Amino acid sequence: MKRTIFRNQLLPWLLLAPQLAITFIFFLWPAGQAIRQSFLREDAFGIKSSFVGLANFRGLLDSAEYLNSLKVTAVFAVSVTVMSMGVALLLAVAVDRMLKSARVYTTLLVWPYAVAPAVAGILWWFIFNPTVGVMPYVLEVVGYDWNHISSKTDAMILVVIASAWKQISYNFLFFVAGLQAIPASMREAAAIDGAGPVRRFFDITFPLLSPTTFFLLVVNIVYAMFETFAVIDATTEGGPAQATNIMVYKVYFDGFIGQNIGSSAAQSVILMLIVITLTVIQFRYVEKRVEY
Amino acid sequence: MTRLMTASALALIASLSAAQAQSKTDLQWWHAMGGELGAKLEEIVKGFNDSQDEYNVIPSYKGTYPETMTAAIAAFRAKEQPAIVQVFEVGTGTMMAAQGAIIPVYQLMQDQGTNFDPNAFLPSVVGYYTDTDGNMLSMPFNSSTPILYYNKTVFEKAGLDPNTPPKTWAEMEEFSKKIMESGAASCGFTTGWVSWIQTENFSAWHNAPIGTEQNGFGGLGARLTLNGPAQVQHWGNLKRWADEGIFKYGGPVGGDNAPPMFYSQECAMIMNSSASRAGVLANAKDFELGFGMLPYYDDIEGAPQNSIIGGATLWVLSGRPDAEYAGAAKFFEYLSSPEVQADWASFSGYLPITQAAGEQMAGFFGENPGADTGLRQITLNTPTENSKGLRFGNYVQIRGIIDEEFEQLLAGSKDAQGALDSVVERGNKLIEEFQAQNQ
Repeated sequence: MKRTIFRNQLLPWLLLAPQLAITFIFFLWPAGQAIRQSFLREDAFGIKSSFVGLANFRGLLDSAEYLNSLKVTAVFAVSVTVMSMGVALLLAVAVDRMLKSARVYTTLLVWPYAVAPAVAGILWWFIFNPTVGVMPYVLEVVGYDWNHISSKTDAMILVVIASAWKQISYNFLFFVAGLQAIPASMREAAAIDGAGPVRRFFDITFPLLSPTTFFLLVVNIVYAMFETFAVIDATTEGGPAQATNIMVYKVYFDGFIGQNIGSSAAQSVILMLIVITLTVIQFRYVEKRVEY
Repeated sequence: MTRLMTASALALIASLSAAQAQSKTDLQWWHAMGGELGAKLEEIVKGFNDSQDEYNVIPSYKGTYPETMTAAIAAFRAKEQPAIVQVFEVGTGTMMAAQGAIIPVYQLMQDQGTNFDPNAFLPSVVGYYTDTDGNMLSMPFNSSTPILYYNKTVFEKAGLDPNTPPKTWAEMEEFSKKIMESGAASCGFTTGWVSWIQTENFSAWHNAPIGTEQNGFGGLGARLTLNGPAQVQHWGNLKRWADEGIFKYGGPVGGDNAPPMFYSQECAMIMNSSASRAGVLANAKDFELGFGMLPYYDDIEGAPQNSIIGGATLWVLSGRPDAEYAGAAKFFEYLSSPEVQADWASFSGYLPITQAAGEQMAGFFGENPGADTGLRQITLNTPTENSKGLRFGNYVQIRGIIDEEFEQLLAGSKDAQGALDSVVERGNKLIEEFQAQNQ
C-alpha cells in the first residue's frame, strides 16, 4: 500500500471535510436522532415528550405484528436472494457457453437494473393485477385464481418476483465475470477425464465461483431487506393482513403514516444493528475470500 | 442573447417590486387536492385573493392526505408551519389532541371578531369536528358520505325494476342472486372502503356504537366497541356473500379494485363515496347509472339512522404572525359563503357545509337526479351519540387494522366475531398508546 505523507497537518482534514460533513449530516446526525427518539414517548407535534427507557423496544417484542414483520422479512429476503441468484447463475452459465452474441445477451440482460424499484413495482403490479392484468388471465386458464389483494401467498410471490427481477441483472454481471475468471483448462481437463456437463458444473465451476456467490449473498440480503421499500409501496403497501410488511416498510408506516415516532425510531435502531452485523460479516468474513 | 437576458432580468425585478408594492399579507395553505379538484381549489383561492387587497392565500399541493399531514407536522417541529393545513377526517384525533399546536376555528373567529354563526352549518357535517360543548374545531372543506351506485341496465336485464334500488341488505342479497342467476352480471356488489363504509358508516347507519364516550368525542379515555352484534352480523354476512360470489372485495383502504369491477359491469352495484359521482358518471359509458341510499337491516332497531362523513377539514396551526390569522378568519368566512360552497359542491360532489348552500343547490339537484342522495342520507335523522362521527387517536393505523382483520375473515382464518374482537383488542392498544403520549 502506498502511503502519502502530508507536510501540513490541516490539509488532510480539509480534503476529508466534505465527505465527513456529508457523513455527519446524512448519517450520524439522523442516526443519533433515531437513537434518542427510540427512548422517548412523544406526541406527533413534539409538544409533550417523556423518557420511557426501553418501553418502545419492549412494546415491539411484545407485539405480534412486529414478530410477524421479522418473519415476513426473513421469508422475503431468503426468497428474493435465492430467486435472483438462482436465475442469474442459470443465465450466466448459459451466456458463458455461447460462442457468438454473448455480448448482446449480456447487454440485454443488464437492462432491468436501470429500472427504478418503484417503476419495477408498478410494472409487475399491472402484469399481475387481478382485474386488468395479463398473468391472472393466463393463470385462470391453468385453473389458478390469482388475487394478491386477498391472498397472502400471492402477494408475497408478487413482491418477491418484482424485487428479484431487478436484482437478477446485477447478479448476472458478477456471475459472468466470475465464470470468465475460471480457467477453461480446468473444465477441459475434467471433460477429458470423462465428467459430463452437470458434474463439471458442480465439481469445478460452482466451487470456484463460491467467493462471488458469498459476496452476492450478502449484497442480495441487504438489497432485499433495505432497498425494496419502493417495490412494496408501489404494489402491496405491506398487505394483505401484514403479509408483506417487511421491517423497512413498517418503520415508514408506523412513523410517517401512524405518527408513532417512538416505536418507529426503536425499529430503525434494531434495523441499524442488523445492518452493522451484516456489514461486519461482509468485511470480516466474506471480503477476504472474494477474488475480484 | 445578452439583451434577452437583460430584458428578462428587468421583467423579474419589475414583477418582484410589483408584488412588494401591494404589501399583502401572505398566508400558506397546504392541501392534498390534486388534479381537477386542485385546479378548482386554486380558482376558489384566486376568487378570495381578488376579492380584497389585504391578504394573499397561497395554496400548495403537498401530495396525499397522509403526506400533507406529515409535512405539516414536520414543518411545525421545524417552526416552518403553514397557517392553514387540510387534514383528513381520521387525523382529527391527532390534531385535536395537539393543544398548543392548533387554534380551534371557533376561537379564531372569536379572536378576530368575525361574523360567525355556528348554527348556519349542517350539524351532521360539522358535528364530526366539534368538541363536546359543540364548538367547531376545524373548518369542513370537502366532506362526503358513502352511497349506493347501481347499474340500471343490468337491473333491467335481470328483470328488476331499474328505478328501485335495494333498500335493505335482504334485498341486496335477493337482487344480487336474481342478477347472477339471470346472467346479467357475474357478481352482485362490491364496495370501496371496508373500514369507512362497511364498518364505521354501517355502525352509524344502524345507530350502533363504534366506541365508548360517544365514539371517542368524550375524551382520550374512550375505547373501541365495534364488535357488537350488529357489526358481527354484517361482517358474517359479507363473508358468506363473498363465498357465494355475491360480494367481491376490492382491496384495503379505499378499495382501488372495486370501481373497475363496477365499470366493467362485472358487479351490478357498488357502495362508494358520494364524491366519486363525477368519476362514476365518466366511466359508466355503456350503461345507465342509478343512485340509492346505503342498505340497512330492517330487523335492527333504529336503522336507518344517518350516515357519517369522510373527507377533510382545514386546521389552523399556531405560531404564525397575528396578521395571518386575521386573513385566515376572512378566508374561512369567504369559504363558507353559500356561493362558494354551492359552486364547490356542485363541481366536486362533496357535500355543502351550510344550510344556505344546500338550499342554493336546489336547482342543481333538480337537474342532476341522485346528486342529493348523500345530503339526504346524512340529514335523514338528527345525529345521535352513535352517529355523530368518531374520534380516536392513531386512527390511521386502526383503519389499517380493520382492513387486515377483514382480510383474515375473508381468508377464513377467523370468524366475524373473532375478527372484530381482534380489531377492538389491537385498536385499543394503539389508542392506549396515544392516550399515554398525550397526557
